[in-house]
Amino acid sequence: MTSMPQPGMARCIEPAALQALIDLLAQEGYLIVGPTRQDDAIVYDRIAGLDDLPAGWTDVQAPGHYTLVRRDDDAFFGYAVGPHSWKRFLHPPVETLWRALRDGDSFTLAAPSAPAPRYALFGVRACDLRAIAIQDRVFRDGAHVDHAYADRRRSAFIIAVNCGVAGGNCFCVSMGSGPRADAGFDLALTELIDAAGHRFLLEVGSDAGAALLARIDNVEASMADVDSAKAVVSHTAAHMGRHMETRGLKELLQGQPQHPRWDDVAARCLACGNCTMVCPTCFCTTIEDHGSIDGSSAERVRTWDSCFTLDFSYIHGGSVRTSTRSRYRQWLTHKLAHWIDQFGVSGCVGCGRCIAWCPVGIDITEEVATLRVAVEAGNEAGHEHD
Amino acid sequence: MRNRPHLAVWKFASCDGCQLSLLDCEDELLALTEAIEIAHFTEATRTSLPGPYDLSLVEGSITTPVDAERILEVRRQSKVLVTIGACATAGGIQALRNAGNMQDIVAAVYPSPQYIRALATSTPISAHVPVDFELRGCPINKAQLLEVISAFLAGRKPVIPSYSVCIECKRRSNVCVMVQGIPCLGPITHAGCGAICPAYRRGCYGCFGPMESPNAAGLTREWQARGASSLQIKRVLRSFNAAAEAFQAESLKHGD
Repeated sequence: MTSMPQPGMARCIEPAALQALIDLLAQEGYLIVGPTRQDDAIVYDRIAGLDDLPAGWTDVQAPGHYTLVRRDDDAFFGYAVGPHSWKRFLHPPVETLWRALRDGDSFTLAAPSAPAPRYALFGVRACDLRAIAIQDRVFRDGAHVDHAYADRRRSAFIIAVNCGVAGGNCFCVSMGSGPRADAGFDLALTELIDAAGHRFLLEVGSDAGAALLARIDNVEASMADVDSAKAVVSHTAAHMGRHMETRGLKELLQGQPQHPRWDDVAARCLACGNCTMVCPTCFCTTIEDHGSIDGSSAERVRTWDSCFTLDFSYIHGGSVRTSTRSRYRQWLTHKLAHWIDQFGVSGCVGCGRCIAWCPVGIDITEEVATLRVAVEAGNEAGHEHD
Repeated sequence: MRNRPHLAVWKFASCDGCQLSLLDCEDELLALTEAIEIAHFTEATRTSLPGPYDLSLVEGSITTPVDAERILEVRRQSKVLVTIGACATAGGIQALRNAGNMQDIVAAVYPSPQYIRALATSTPISAHVPVDFELRGCPINKAQLLEVISAFLAGRKPVIPSYSVCIECKRRSNVCVMVQGIPCLGPITHAGCGAICPAYRRGCYGCFGPMESPNAAGLTREWQARGASSLQIKRVLRSFNAAAEAFQAESLKHGD
């Protein structure tokens, strides 16, 4: 196998070969999840092949808005990220941790019945690769390993897609997380549609990716194709829908616990928790214990939780964060500032989901920008008095 | 048979739907009757054992002078009293009359209004007696009812979250209908139904009443920005939980 593709090299494949790649993954027992059109949105769900992809569709996004419209071509990946993130699969919203069965005066523990499927995540964007890397750090790479997460992660095969379109709420360039996928994938695609035809530049990110690529029709990418792929990503990078200035952001936010802007946003915020649910890095969960009526069995279930609920900060004597002001401030400052102290990176990847899927369209980039302007204006006014 | 805790189910002004949720627990009903003695439940059996009762489930609101007396006796006879459903916890759809003129309403409905002995208001059970736990919903969710009973039997706190419907909605991977242009009460509504309506591409109707920290003004401001009229907003807030404080206060801002 002298022509075996190696990690880091670029190949070129036809759409038919992409279907062949999906078929091979299915044959190997992967459950393939990827973008598909459902309920007037592009969601991530089980796909069988290219026919399930939202070919020819794109999304128009703004704060609190998301609509699908037709494109004037048949691009398979001509849209930004939708309402779902991959944590739905790697960090599922509801997970039974264990069951206990009464056994006389004792009890026995039983593992959850079905093992998790081996996922092939198809069409992962750069911002979401960064989000997965962040959740890896939280669940897998620290002192306390979440073994179920680590198992799902280890068995997952990731096919990334370099973004050909910047959504109206995208700001991955500001967060340094995209739009080009540079790590954390097995294979990465760049969709090319031009006079030379509809094809994909394919980069290899792992030995598993190289092995799979060797089994489908592919040719060496020409210099022109490599340049075209670079141009696709550059174009996307130049058309970000939003921007967030991160310079000094951690200190800025950590220094403003009492700023009146928190009251302003609290008047608009519904404390519904949608932003945390759609965020690809938000990882908080709660534990629920349920028992059967006859007392013969019990189960412990872990579900996605949100720092916007009252129970989230409930300790002896009541909830610590009773006001929406304190809850929004907690979410924003944790995401953009304390996260850096805790994990060494920002908790925001610039995907824009919290902006699109906020029912009242609160825009994290606008909140940060407004706070910065107010604080910096205040500082200047302060200096004038010095 | 061992001494099982006695359960009583009481009906006040209501449609019986919440009581029926208990009979709807077909798979669990046998286990339930082995764990508790159904001492009083006229929807299910003519047998009625005398009090006191270990657990009383109370359905319905207080709308007559007779019921206002009867609930006092139910409370006296009950060690633990749990209200079930929107009528018992918020006054129900019949609380719409609270804002109107009772005499006019009775005259409009009944051919012989002189026989009607009703209060001018429909009020929740908690307005009359101390309530140990309120289970929301129109109707209640039977899984939540079983959770409350199981928790009672085990002597633990029931796991009944009071956050928004949105949390449940996102957990089941629904696409947000409000962002897609359909007015939805989910962000200010108490969880518990499992986000049924948004799962079928409908806006939430608020059957479970206000969530723990409802920002109703924030939501209706957004609805108005998206083209909803004051009349629409008023009407959507005046349904099964019309008299729940957060819904009532906001609806009054949009008309009498």
